[in-house]
Amino acid sequence: MATQTLSGHRVEQSLRPSRRFDLRPSTAIVYFVALVVVALTLGPVLYGVLGGFRTNAAIAESPAGMPDPFVLDNYLGVLQNPDFWRYALNSSGIALITTALVVVFGVMAAYPLARYEFKGREGLFMVFVVGLLFPAAVAIIPLFILITQNFHLGNTWIGIALPQAAFALPTTVVILRPFLMSLPKELEEASQLDGTSRIGFFWRILLPLSGPGMVTVGVLAFVGSWNAYLLPLLLLGPENKTLPLGVADFSSEHSADTAGVFAFTSLAMIPALVFFLAMQKRIVNGLQGAVKG
Amino acid sequence: MPATPVQGVAGIAPGGRRRKPMSGAWRKRAEIAFFVTPALALFLMFVIWPIITAVQMSLFKWTGIGPLVDFVGLKNYVTVLTDELFTDALRHNLIIVVGSILLQLPLGLGLALLLNRKLWGQSILRTIIFVPYVLAEVIAGVVWGALLVPQYGTIDALAAALHIPTPEQGFLGTPDLALWTVLFVLTWKYLGLAVILFLAGLQGIPDELYEAAALDGASWWQVQRRITFPLMGPTIRTWAFLSMIGSLQVFDMVWILTKGGPAGATTTMATYLIAQGTQASNFGIAGAASVILFVIALFFAVVYQQLVLKRDTQPDTPKRKRSQREKAK
Repeated sequence: MATQTLSGHRVEQSLRPSRRFDLRPSTAIVYFVALVVVALTLGPVLYGVLGGFRTNAAIAESPAGMPDPFVLDNYLGVLQNPDFWRYALNSSGIALITTALVVVFGVMAAYPLARYEFKGREGLFMVFVVGLLFPAAVAIIPLFILITQNFHLGNTWIGIALPQAAFALPTTVVILRPFLMSLPKELEEASQLDGTSRIGFFWRILLPLSGPGMVTVGVLAFVGSWNAYLLPLLLLGPENKTLPLGVADFSSEHSADTAGVFAFTSLAMIPALVFFLAMQKRIVNGLQGAVKG
Repeated sequence: MPATPVQGVAGIAPGGRRRKPMSGAWRKRAEIAFFVTPALALFLMFVIWPIITAVQMSLFKWTGIGPLVDFVGLKNYVTVLTDELFTDALRHNLIIVVGSILLQLPLGLGLALLLNRKLWGQSILRTIIFVPYVLAEVIAGVVWGALLVPQYGTIDALAAALHIPTPEQGFLGTPDLALWTVLFVLTWKYLGLAVILFLAGLQGIPDELYEAAALDGASWWQVQRRITFPLMGPTIRTWAFLSMIGSLQVFDMVWILTKGGPAGATTTMATYLIAQGTQASNFGIAGAASVILFVIALFFAVVYQQLVLKRDTQPDTPKRKRSQREKAK
């Protein structure tokens, strides 16, 4: 699953005359460095996962030890905790609504910005691009007032999803626009000859073809929503918490129960990690595409 | 971002319908409005409007209840800018901006160069390096918080086993060390993003350049200096920009690890304004702090755009020289 760039097509490495490049660090050193990086990167994550299988006594006794005795109680405790499932349900619901809003509105907005010629097109695009510069923290207090007092959507899924989708739109438009631009013009001309309107072209040809792009921005929006903290922190009441809020609360309430905190945290991690592994290529391509502009 | 104007269909498409003077133009406008309006409405309502509201809020003394009546002009701004906690917060943000770039750029570039070759398990390596980036900051923060518990945490226990002294209050509890510890955890979390983006940049460099350099007998270091770094420029500059904007608005990680403490040693502008708004109900102060944060981010963005990103519009890179050479043939 090597992550190829968008340009794909790489010349075989063996074509490079390699004798001149013997100055490069040897493969052994590369592997050593790679191992160190893997240890530092995964260490804390694995420590948390394994810590969930240990007893608090054992963790206090030898912090760096392996699970011995190996216990399932912590994980079972979390899985039997109705709060955990409620948090997971809230996280899923909010993330799904956010993703749907972002993908539908994003692809609709990107279509004219990519394939129509009209005055003010670049200006309109810039409006969205400028949105990339806005730190969400700047808008957070007014958002809190807007959502809770003006719309009375505090403590609801949609009340979180709307602003989250709004903040995800700039990235979405910036990624989707070049993607839609790159679809060949001949498609449009051919469908015109067959008497299809521009709206028909959008529905019948553009949407089916832009699947990969939509999946990419959808994945980014989903992960962003799943991991969000600040907005849910201000807007959600105790019964509607999302997983990150649940993790934060659980860890401060049960700070003595280290093993329990590790189990809770590890289980909260799993969905995002599984989702990421399944969609890895898309996420990476999306981010790389965003940087390449 | 180069925008290649797509040929409008209307009236240009061979064999297509000729543009009708009025109805066609109106129809097109209606279509554009139909497609753009939902996104634009959402964006204006939940991004632009709140920012305007923040400006309005900053001019009043307001506790979040009732109408805005107590107009105080720029008093909140004076209060914020003379508040040592806020100026410290700004300094901390700037340390995180500079520190993130100074740490992640060499590390990320070095790792990308190492990983940009045929290795056994290369794709697994890339996946692993990218894992922390996908975790929620909250989750990363909770795990690191547990690792960094003074005396009993794993980090301190490991250090004790190796007879390395650790601060009595823990790394996060010692004012002089707390911010650097937060910076370390942020680096751990975001290094993967830098590596992934840099790898993409490296793979975009045509192999012929390296082959030509090899034929010319260039050393490894010369190749990096003359080919890799210049051609990686746009990628690095874009990454640095994203990193900068992110560093200016750090909140989650700090809130989870230290709540901005000890004694304000890790306060950032975002934690300052959230604390003012939610804990002290000083919405006017929070508004003023928001606007200041916004202006600083905008200032950084504009200056960066003018001084750094501008070069990317006319890159004087080997790539360009090469294309000129090819034209000369």
